[in-house]
Amino acid sequence: MTDAKPTPAPETTPPAELVFDAVRIERQGVPLIALDARVAQGEVLTLMGPSGIGKSTLLAYAAGFLDPAFSARGRVLVGGQDITGLPAHRRHVGLLFQDPLLFPHLSVGDNLAFALPEAIRGRSARRDAVHQALCEVELGGYGARDPATLSGGQKARIALMRVLVSEPRALLLDEPFSKLDTGLKAQMRDLVFGKARRRGLPVLLVTHDRDDAAAAGGPIVDLSPGK
Amino acid sequence: MLKLAPLATLALMLGPVIAGLAGTVLPAFGYMPALGGDSLSLAPFHDLLSRPGLATSLALSLGTGLAASFGAFTIAILFTAAFEGGRFFRAMRALLSPLLAVPHAAAAFGLAFLIAPSGWAMRLLSPWATGATRPPDLLIIGDPYGLSMTLGLMAKEVPFLLLMVLAALPQTDSLRARHVATGLGYARISGWLGAVLPRLYPQIRLPVFAVIAYATSVVDVAIILGPTTPAPLAVRLVGWMRDPDLAMRFTASAGALVQLGLSAFAIGLWVAGERLVAVIGRARLRSGRRQAGDRVSATSSALAMGGLTAALLAGLVAIALWSFAERWRFPDALPGTLTLASWQAHLGHLGAASAVTLAIAVPVTLTALVLALACLEGETRKGIALRHRTLPLLYVPLIVPQIAFLFGFQILLLTLGIADTLLAVGLAHLVFVLPYVFLALSDPWRAIDPRYGHVASALGASPNRIFWRVRLPLALRAAATAAALGLAVSVAQYLPTLLIGGGRHATITTEAVALSAGGNRRLIALYAMTQMILPFLAFTLAALAPAVAFRQRQALRASA
Repeated sequence: MTDAKPTPAPETTPPAELVFDAVRIERQGVPLIALDARVAQGEVLTLMGPSGIGKSTLLAYAAGFLDPAFSARGRVLVGGQDITGLPAHRRHVGLLFQDPLLFPHLSVGDNLAFALPEAIRGRSARRDAVHQALCEVELGGYGARDPATLSGGQKARIALMRVLVSEPRALLLDEPFSKLDTGLKAQMRDLVFGKARRRGLPVLLVTHDRDDAAAAGGPIVDLSPGK
Repeated sequence: MLKLAPLATLALMLGPVIAGLAGTVLPAFGYMPALGGDSLSLAPFHDLLSRPGLATSLALSLGTGLAASFGAFTIAILFTAAFEGGRFFRAMRALLSPLLAVPHAAAAFGLAFLIAPSGWAMRLLSPWATGATRPPDLLIIGDPYGLSMTLGLMAKEVPFLLLMVLAALPQTDSLRARHVATGLGYARISGWLGAVLPRLYPQIRLPVFAVIAYATSVVDVAIILGPTTPAPLAVRLVGWMRDPDLAMRFTASAGALVQLGLSAFAIGLWVAGERLVAVIGRARLRSGRRQAGDRVSATSSALAMGGLTAALLAGLVAIALWSFAERWRFPDALPGTLTLASWQAHLGHLGAASAVTLAIAVPVTLTALVLALACLEGETRKGIALRHRTLPLLYVPLIVPQIAFLFGFQILLLTLGIADTLLAVGLAHLVFVLPYVFLALSDPWRAIDPRYGHVASALGASPNRIFWRVRLPLALRAAATAAALGLAVSVAQYLPTLLIGGGRHATITTEAVALSAGGNRRLIALYAMTQMILPFLAFTLAALAPAVAFRQRQALRASA
């Protein structure tokens, strides 16, 4: 529907350093979580801690949909630009959850096309971009498939490519491997971290799994009580 | 735009109720300058009290309404307690959901066709069991105590309450609670009443109030099945409101206020009953008694549920048979020949009435759907559910008796210069369609995983794009069903169409009810059938839309 509208020249938004500057989140005046951190391009920062500690709330704040029950202070910057004032869809911050959350009403290919930036114009150019993304995770012939017919590993790979084709400047991962089988887990970790590094994306990973943190290979912030 | 939606919705839904009540109060106390009433007085009430048989009318309204509500509630609750989760329960649920879409008037006609002295039941039993070769001289339809009317109301309210119970059950953790109670040695029904009902009841309380208010002030079912000498209060009020002697409007307004008080009194009695049951129930829980006539309750609730459903269905079949009957002599069990002749003869009239019906129902339903979607989308974008504040407001039009405010609303429309127009009728229908569309849509909408929206916006999709491309498709099935329900509600409206339309817009329902006095079964059957066909078509379309749109999507094709 917006495709036909003439849009202003697309902003080129390369990946850039992700900074949490004195971020403090409270629930009804009670401090919940705080973070001061700097994630360089191609680096993975892991936030460890048990559930309920507010890790996901922190991601929600950075991504732009903090529940109104919470209040937050501090800034989140990408490449020096404060994004906390921007609406969620202008932040160019990619998200992966533990569920792949492929849109069930769209085909696999359309899930990717939905994510493709508007700057890629023309039917064939967009189709090629989708095809290329599918090939990148060895699912070349899957464009017309119903997401419901994919295996768990295939869904996870499509979800990853969907984020990547949207050309985010940074990546936020909320326990993205926790629902995968052990074998698949290792495979997906390599895939996600490998692709993020190759694209120079700063990654903030939230998890309670030590193996995730180890595989990420970056700095770790442990938020467990008493640490 | 979205910010205005809740305000517009409330104004369209509650405005007519509030304005209508005000417009009823003034003439009730003699003030209505247009008719020469320019000072306040109690004369309208004096006149009302001098009407013959008024006390009987009041007693009938209260008695039939409370009996039908209590009966329907007890059956729905005991039946759920006894059979929840079982195959019988699922079968009844599958049967009852479509019955909910049958307009009250059609259901009442069906019952009348079944239990009248010359009805289908008597035909099936005669002459071999009853010995009758001609219809017995009994007053069954319109009996002075309103028993058939009570039965008709009950048969139609049981499916409604059962579906309300079904909607609330998932939030009560009912299966596990019952397992715990069973583990402690409680029999099935006793355990359910102790462990589940206290959590369930607060959620179905407003629908129960709506049933009481409806049953104590119903007009169409009362015209078809109720006593006439005298009739229940609401029926007499309609007569007075449409009386050629305009002075009767004062009496009618006073009566409308009395009707409001009567329905409020009935709800008050129910609330007192609630208190009593709570006290007794708590004492019982403490006593630790684990059995309470479980078997009797289970059997009788199954019989009542089965009997009412069978009666409702048989009545609908009788309607269908009559609409195709060439001749159906008493005591033949079935009509001799089936023919399309009646349909063909009246196709023009039926088509015209259907066209008027849809000309009202379709725009009203679409308006309600757009408003509901706008409210819900606004709520999603703000990230706050307004549920607790708005839920009681949605029930206001369903709890205030229609007749108490429609007459006053008509006066407002007169001053606006749009009285008796199709637009006015549409506005009146919207008052009743909006709550149902909203109620049907809001739970499935709020059940959509918010992370779909989060993912989409992280991918760079604007809020509008997320609505059109993500949330609306995910809610398509629910939206289609809500629209079908809205259409069914509009099609079934009798009183708003009659009073606000000034009798100028003949819909299928107003025509059907108007025919009831004539007693021409074939003709009534044609209109009652059409009354059922319209909502049936709507629900069929609603089921097909997502099946076609998502024919290649497993996750959305399976019933959600």
